[in-house]
Formats: sequence, structure tokens, C-alpha cells
Amino acid sequence: MNLTLKIWRQKNANDKGKMVDYQISDVSPDMSFLEMLDVLNNQLIEKGDSPVAFDHDCREGICGMCSLYINGEAHGPDRRVTTCQLHMRMFKDGDTIHIEPFRAKAFPIIKDLVVDRSAFDRVQHAGGFISVNTSGNTQDANSIPISKHAADKAMDAATCIGCGACVASCKNSSAMLFVSAKVSQYALLPQGQVEATDRVLNMVQQMDDEGFGNCTNTGACEVECPKGISLENIARMNREYLSASFKG
Amino acid sequence: MSGILSSSIGRKFAMAISALFLMIFLLQHFAINILSVFSPDTFNEVSHFMGTFWVIQYALQPVLIFGVVFHFVMGFVLEIKNTKARQIKYAVNNGGANSSWMSRNMIWSGLAILAFVVLHFIDFWIPEINIKYIQGDMSGMHNGEFRYFHELVEKFHNPLRVGAYCLAFVFLALHLLHGFESAFQSVGANNKYTKGLKNFSKIYAIGIPAGFIFIALFHHLNQIL
Repeated sequence: MNLTLKIWRQKNANDKGKMVDYQISDVSPDMSFLEMLDVLNNQLIEKGDSPVAFDHDCREGICGMCSLYINGEAHGPDRRVTTCQLHMRMFKDGDTIHIEPFRAKAFPIIKDLVVDRSAFDRVQHAGGFISVNTSGNTQDANSIPISKHAADKAMDAATCIGCGACVASCKNSSAMLFVSAKVSQYALLPQGQVEATDRVLNMVQQMDDEGFGNCTNTGACEVECPKGISLENIARMNREYLSASFKG
Repeated sequence: MSGILSSSIGRKFAMAISALFLMIFLLQHFAINILSVFSPDTFNEVSHFMGTFWVIQYALQPVLIFGVVFHFVMGFVLEIKNTKARQIKYAVNNGGANSSWMSRNMIWSGLAILAFVVLHFIDFWIPEINIKYIQGDMSGMHNGEFRYFHELVEKFHNPLRVGAYCLAFVFLALHLLHGFESAFQSVGANNKYTKGLKNFSKIYAIGIPAGFIFIALFHHLNQIL
């Protein structure tokens, strides 16, 4: 396959940045998208140009590190996959592919396609945990009855890998799907109940402080989420938040 | 619950509650207007009751005005905040791949509805206030009979006014197609009833505006045919 790539290049956080065109040939349809970028970078290095910076780690679709806004969609046109699991067979010979970083005020660009998603870490630190005593007195988890339904829902929420596709896809750059998944995974389990009120209030406060937008329920986040996190989680977080707010 | 309106979820909740209130008002408004098609006398009597009963005039009317103003102001506040949350736009954005046109353009359908509401205030509400509270005529009568039905029919005489009226209700349908089910999601109601609610919201979102358009066309065509 021969492709034209239009890639966002930005030297650093302060650089204005621009889209730059690249031609790449002999791309195998079996390559992953990141492997295609690896090939491009090899060519750029051989020519003495600066390689395109992009995030990646496990390349197995589970770490949440890769990102990229490809042809107007987070993680590209395929569904329920991260960019590392997106294959070039999704494109046709002669295609022009636009590659941009995830854009949001809360995700500032570091270089080229690499964005700083530490806002998610700070939201998580604000309450996305349970305070378990691990000094040897920990209760056996199997001694706490949990319904299969609740366990399944909690597990579904816990599959969020925090990649930020929800923020990137949302027209408002809202982080509601991410935060709601983290709130839900604890709200559904007995272990999460003790700190439930503070958790949801603190995480939503941190989310707002980071500069994410307001959810307007377009549903784009759910469609683009590589793990299929459901909007049901946002409704649950809304209930948790409103209940916590009225409790005071 | 101090400061709930300063949080993103609190603002969503407030938008949803005001929207649900306005949708109940719209249903009531439609129920009265449709009477003009079937029984002008009943329409006159109900209109007179609505226009003169003190609970409606002095309690519900101010609440309605507050609800309308609040919904619009909060809508603009959210739009400004959301625009600020992404300062550099994407060069290519395929919004149609993951969301409906209606959900992405609530501000534009909302602005069209706002324009209509302003015209409706100038066209209907201000003259009503003038007759009732400035001229002091609370009788609802003109030349010995109730004026409401004749005024309504007269307003649907001009084809340009009818066209603008119908267009406004098309925008209302587009707004409600996303807004109705979105309001339930915002108040946290996503459960086993969601599918039924979504179907009901589609029927409401299309049915009520279509009903208003039908009333306008009915009275217009009755005058020209």
C-alpha cells in the first residue's frame, strides 16, 4: 500500500505546530498502525529528519498508552481497539490519513503526537482507590458476598485503561466516561462503600479543576472507547454525585 | 449541597430538571392549542382560565419564565465552558461516526428556538400583558365574544409567519430528539427502563412539534381554501 500521511508536528509544548505531509510506500496490510509509524520513523531517521514522537508501550491493547486521532476518530476507524491494535488493512491503497494528537486543554501536547495525560492520574489520586489495611488483618475477599451482576458490572467498569479516547472524542473534551468508570468500579462493590461519598465528590472536583468540559450526552465516548465502557457508568456517577451532594 | 451548580454534574442536573419542566409545559401548551382544532369554544374557555387564574398568572408564569431563562443561560454557560476545554480544534473530525447531528448541535437548535421564543413573546405575551395588566381588560372579550380563538386564527393567516412557525418546531424536534433522553441520563436514570424511555422520547420529540405544526397548517389552510 502507498499512503499519504498528514501528521501533526510540534517541536515542544510552546511550539505552534502544523500538519506535515509524508509519503510512505510498501505498507503491509498486516502491519499495525504503530508499526507503520515505526517504518516512517526509520525512513525519517535515515534521511536525518526528526522522527515523529508518539506514545506506545505494551502494543497489546491493554496499557492505554497509545493514543492518536486518526482520520477524525480516536484510535482510528476500527471499533473496540486501541491504535496499536488497529491494522493497516482498515485503509486502502492511495488513502490520505490524518494523524493528530488527542486534543483537550487538559491534555497539553508535549511533542508531536504525545500528550500529557497526567490529569487522569490526579483524578485517580483524588479518590480512585479504597483504603485497605494491608498489615495482616485484611479480610478474605471471598468472605464478602457480592452478587454476580454487581461483580460483572464492576469488572466491566474496571476494564477502562485510561487512554483518554473519551476525552479526545467528546466535542466538549469531557472526562466523564473515564471518571465514571473509576467511580463505578468501587460504587458497585461493598469494599467501595465506606469512602463512596468523598470519592465521587473529590474525583468530580478534580475532574472539573483539570479543565475538562461538561458532558452533554452525545455518546461519542462510548462509541470510541476501546474497552466499550458504557454510558450507564456516567448515569451511575451522576446518581452517586447527586446523592453525595445532598448528604453534604 | 453547597456549590452544586458550580460542578459539572450539578450543571447537567440543573439543565435536565429545567428541560423536563419545559417539556411538561410544552405538553400542556399543546393540549390546549389542539383544542382550537376540535372545539373553538372549549379553546376559548381554557385560554381564558389560563390567562386569568391567579395561580397560573402569578405563580406558575414566573416559574415558567425563570425556567426558560435559566435553561438558555445555563446552555450558553455550558457551551462557553465546553468550547474553552478544547482550544485547538482537530484538522479532521468525524463526529458523524460516533454521535448524532442533533447531539452535536444543541446550541444551534437551541438558538433557533430562542429566536422563536423571543418572537413569541413579542407577538403574543407582550400584547397579552398589555391588554390584561396595562389596559386592565381581564374580560377576554372582544365585540361581545371571547377573543382567543379569533386571535389564534388571525396569527396563522400570513404564510411567512406560518412558515417560520413550522421551521421553529422542526428545530424544536431536533433539539428534543437529543434533549429528552439526555435529560434522563443527566439525572442518573439509565436502567432497565432506558430503552422504553428512549422510544417514548422519540415519540414525544417528533409527535409534539408535529402536532404544533399541524395546528398551524390546519388554521392556515382553513383560511385560504
